[in-house]
Amino acid sequence: MMGSDNEGFEEAHLYASKEEMENLVIDNPLNDSNSYSNYRSALSSAISDTSHPLAPSILVTPADSDPILSPPPYRDHLYHNSPTESSYFEPPPFGDNVGDVNGVENHSLNLDNFGRFSRSASWSTSSSTDSEYVKITVSNPLKEQEASNSIVPGGGTYVTYLITTRTNVPEFGGVEFSVRRRFRDVVTLSDRLAESYRGLFIPPRPDKSVVESQVMHKQEFVELRRVALEKYLRRLAAHPVIKRSDELKVFLQVQGKLPLATTTDVASRMLDGAVKLPKQLLGESSVVVAPHEVVQPAKGGRDLLRLFKELKQSVANDWGGSRPLVVEEDKEFIERKEKINDLEQQLSNVSKQAESLVKAQQDMGDTMAELGLAFIKLTKFENEEAVFNSQKARAHDMKGFATAAVKASRFYRELNAQTVEHLDTIHEYLGLMLVVHSAFSDRSSALLTVQTLLSELSSLESRAEKLEATSSKVFGPGKSRNRKIEDLKETIRATEDAKNIAIREYQRIKMIYQVL
Amino acid sequence: MIATRSVSGSSQSPRSPSSQPYLSVSVTDPVKLGNGVQAYISYRVITKTNLPEYQGPEKIVIRRYSDFVWLRDRLFEKYKGIFIPPLPEKSAVEKFRFSAEFIEMRRQALDIFVNRIASHHELQQSEDLRTFLQADEETMERLRSQETGIFKKKPADLMQIFKDVQSKVSDVVLGKEKPVEESNPEYEKLKHYIFELENHLAEAQKHAYRLVKRHRELGQSLSDFGKAVKLLGACEGNSLGKAFSELGTKSETLSVKLQKEAHQLLMNFEEPLKDYVRAVQSIKATIAERANAFRRQCELAETTKLKEINLNKLTLMRSDKVGEAEIEYQELKAESEEATRMFEMIVRLMNEEIVRFQEQKTLDMGIAFHEFAKGQARLANGIANAWRSLIPKLEACSSSS
Repeated sequence: MMGSDNEGFEEAHLYASKEEMENLVIDNPLNDSNSYSNYRSALSSAISDTSHPLAPSILVTPADSDPILSPPPYRDHLYHNSPTESSYFEPPPFGDNVGDVNGVENHSLNLDNFGRFSRSASWSTSSSTDSEYVKITVSNPLKEQEASNSIVPGGGTYVTYLITTRTNVPEFGGVEFSVRRRFRDVVTLSDRLAESYRGLFIPPRPDKSVVESQVMHKQEFVELRRVALEKYLRRLAAHPVIKRSDELKVFLQVQGKLPLATTTDVASRMLDGAVKLPKQLLGESSVVVAPHEVVQPAKGGRDLLRLFKELKQSVANDWGGSRPLVVEEDKEFIERKEKINDLEQQLSNVSKQAESLVKAQQDMGDTMAELGLAFIKLTKFENEEAVFNSQKARAHDMKGFATAAVKASRFYRELNAQTVEHLDTIHEYLGLMLVVHSAFSDRSSALLTVQTLLSELSSLESRAEKLEATSSKVFGPGKSRNRKIEDLKETIRATEDAKNIAIREYQRIKMIYQVL
Repeated sequence: MIATRSVSGSSQSPRSPSSQPYLSVSVTDPVKLGNGVQAYISYRVITKTNLPEYQGPEKIVIRRYSDFVWLRDRLFEKYKGIFIPPLPEKSAVEKFRFSAEFIEMRRQALDIFVNRIASHHELQQSEDLRTFLQADEETMERLRSQETGIFKKKPADLMQIFKDVQSKVSDVVLGKEKPVEESNPEYEKLKHYIFELENHLAEAQKHAYRLVKRHRELGQSLSDFGKAVKLLGACEGNSLGKAFSELGTKSETLSVKLQKEAHQLLMNFEEPLKDYVRAVQSIKATIAERANAFRRQCELAETTKLKEINLNKLTLMRSDKVGEAEIEYQELKAESEEATRMFEMIVRLMNEEIVRFQEQKTLDMGIAFHEFAKGQARLANGIANAWRSLIPKLEACSSSS
């Protein structure tokens, strides 16, 4: 028959290559550390046939010099230091140099710093300056009952975590101690820190994410939260300024109820402000911002009047004809701010693409598995219905194929898990962008307060002038007019004070930035 | 370009001396002709042979898809019992019809189709094949337009169809609703096997197609990711920026590899699977033919018997209609015998064919699996190498800053 020669030739070729396929050692169980070397040795036996199609494209690298198998030294170092950290990079402690305000070179907020911090292995447990340490562990979550009947239905229980601190820092007054805290306490801590350390880059606290707690199993969620809390507290402890803060000390040490002022919610603050407002307008309550409030942004406070005034000022800044008396002059700051915005945009873009990359890898693994499964079914089918030997041979091939496909899909899943881990850094950096933004907005809100007070001051002074001017012309009942002048002068003085404080605050924040 | 399929007859075996009879065909050079709605693709069909029935050592003709359909239909008519090689589908989606990929897939499938015919010991002797391979374009066009729809059937065939319908109707009316079928257990098993096989194969093919898509998607996202990383690197300066840029470039390189592999997978794995499905569908058509032949044989046998009984009756009665009845009886008997012969031939052929089919498919699938494994291994190696080569560059960046 005409084609028989060809057939024989091709069949021989086929079966030869089938042998080679077998040599790829698909059926051997491949465990993790040996997988690569198994594969390599299998391939090298197949490579001996020079016409093997795979030969040219395979690099047989000896295992020791293979960078994929032996991770570079600094990675090992990181792993040894922080066994519980799953992420490869950790965000750097910001304001590393803030502690040394005096006589420090002007480090520019260069993004190299980010990179430098994340690559140095030493910061996570010991700072480079001294051998003191603060080691925090979060463990042992327990469900506890609310003491009083909660108004919220379904409430009443919450989870507490055991927070253990080991330290040799003398200010703590102890070597090892533990407290129980709930998540709400952590929120309080973070809010108080944000107030006390306005302008600093403060590590972000874990999300509240109420929704997730409904969706996930309680256990999973609690475990995730525990890990997040540990990370957060460790970062706080590594921050050179915050680690010495009273708030943190109190949080870590004081037994029982956390003695920090809780943040009241927005609604009740607004309510307070609304109550105060008519009094302010009628002159019964102080119109001037109290010194302790000046150093905080208007938004979070109870003084609605102040809120309105600053709002008016910001509108005037944007739309008004005249420039305010004090403006953001630091060109470098403006430049850096733009760079940060740009960085943030690129980060979020990369994050988006990273997510779709992860999804694509996931899909690949899934489809590979489905393909393998379909062929396993086919194998079974052919075996059951086999009439000819050719069917049995085919079933055998299919089984090999299917097994390989399923294995490949598992590898894809593994790859994806690792990819997710590593690319997670991007998300962390995005989170840090928020921190940077809030620090920047601290600065701009302080500036706004200054501007508002300055313009208020100038309008008060011009009113006083007018009043003085009229008095010399008009004879009138001197007393009430004098009193008015007196009151006005009083207000001016108070406003001057407030203004000075506000300016000091603004300068302070600017200083922080300079030093960074 | 002839694909690496084990279709014998498609290439001259280097071992056969030129005196050996050979017939080698290739389908090449797809060209778009015509305009607008009437546009179509034409192919060059090159025949190289030393067979006496053919004109000369080499002949080139231009054919289009409907010519191949004509050939398939003719063969199906003439060679009942043989599994006629399947044709690629007509494309329903207009937009896709002229994409390079579709055209190439179709060309490959048509090439395989003709080669399978040329290497089948029965089919290769077909006159229609000779016509297809050699007739000039005008003749081909004439033939093609003749054989459409019901006009395909000769008047005798039309009568037969009518009779079939008639008998079916009478069967139903008489309550014999169940069509007559073979009661051959082996054959039942085969039919069951074929029908089940189609389902399994269709599912496998579906997943294979999805896998091709996944490769493309992964390639795309690697490319997007690489670009985004490069932009991020542009925010940085010095070595960190350079590191990002290297990473991004690598990612884009890998994207290209993935797109290539997607194409390979489509041509060398998914398409063979689709071909397998088509082959099974062709077998189903042959099964239908066999059922028809069986029914016809049974019906004719029955009518012949009735006629015989009638004839005997008439003979006994010494009727003058005996002569007529005798003639009718003889005619019917001949027809019945012909039908039986036809049926038995189909049975015999099918038995041979199924052996050939199974062997062929084992070969084909073996190759397809091999190509798949090769491609995946190549891809995985490529990816590993790319990332591996990146690591020393990254280390250089990290140590310098």
